[in-house]
Amino acid sequence: MDSASSDRTAPEQHLAPTVARSVKVLVVGAFGVGKTTLIGAVSEIDPLRTEERITTASVGIDPGQPNKETTTVAMDFGRITVTDEIALYLFGTPGQRRFWDLWAGLADGAVGALVMIDTRNLEDSFEVLDQLELRTKIPFAVVVNQFPDSPSYPLERVRAALDLLPETPIVECDARDRPSSVLTLITLVEHAMTFPVFQKVNA
Amino acid sequence: MDTEEYRDHPVRSYVLTSGRAHPSRNTLRPETLVRAVESRPVLSTAGRLERELVQLCRGTLALAEVAAYLQLPVSLVAVMVSDLVDSGNLTIRSNHQAHVLPGKDILEKILDGLRKL
Repeated sequence: MDSASSDRTAPEQHLAPTVARSVKVLVVGAFGVGKTTLIGAVSEIDPLRTEERITTASVGIDPGQPNKETTTVAMDFGRITVTDEIALYLFGTPGQRRFWDLWAGLADGAVGALVMIDTRNLEDSFEVLDQLELRTKIPFAVVVNQFPDSPSYPLERVRAALDLLPETPIVECDARDRPSSVLTLITLVEHAMTFPVFQKVNA
Repeated sequence: MDTEEYRDHPVRSYVLTSGRAHPSRNTLRPETLVRAVESRPVLSTAGRLERELVQLCRGTLALAEVAAYLQLPVSLVAVMVSDLVDSGNLTIRSNHQAHVLPGKDILEKILDGLRKL
């Protein structure tokens, strides 16, 4: 009798026995911006999903009233075995403030974050960027996902509209395309290497 | 793709962890790699889920993967994994000190790997 495994969506795919280290990158952005598409494009396994119940502060309620609500947040993720010893995990999560409790823990120990942007809904990105800048010190790169029907803006205009720091990388990407999505990860890791916090060698 | 399916099982979760909401160690992260200790038989008092968890981990998986395959929240699986590490049935395969960031040498290896994809 193996009833619980019979409703699994996929058979487990173990890492190679040589893999003894894992690192993670967050993929954050508003709903529908292509996080899972990008993760699926680069992942060696079909993206997996977990759900977490979190308590969020209700917005716009009488501030004198400690009003909280419980919500379920889905987290899609994938992995890439980048060397014989290292697996890179990509965790996709909504980046809005009300999900902060979930990804405050997630950001801990992360190499960095890819912030996915849809130029048709630029204002959706402001809150995500605010959260990253104000509440974490993790490196991030902005990824403009090129949807077929999204207008193409010069990246410098998007940079100005998002009020990014000059050193923050911004790249265009087709999240369905593997090489294009891998390039966003390379950009992020290169950027992370300029951060003093990663300079220490601790092999 | 970002559909939020709602699945509610708070009571079940608490029963599975004997009422505890936090793992006995705080070094477990979603990306922490775990693996079964094959020489160590699972206690006869272990439940079906614990057995399935150990069975899943006959090869290396991250905590988040274990949670996804068991269709349980990561926070809950962290409690179960922590107990199974305490009982000697699972070993933490990945690093070291959990709250240490990867060094520059690791980032360089990751870059090399990504460039070869």
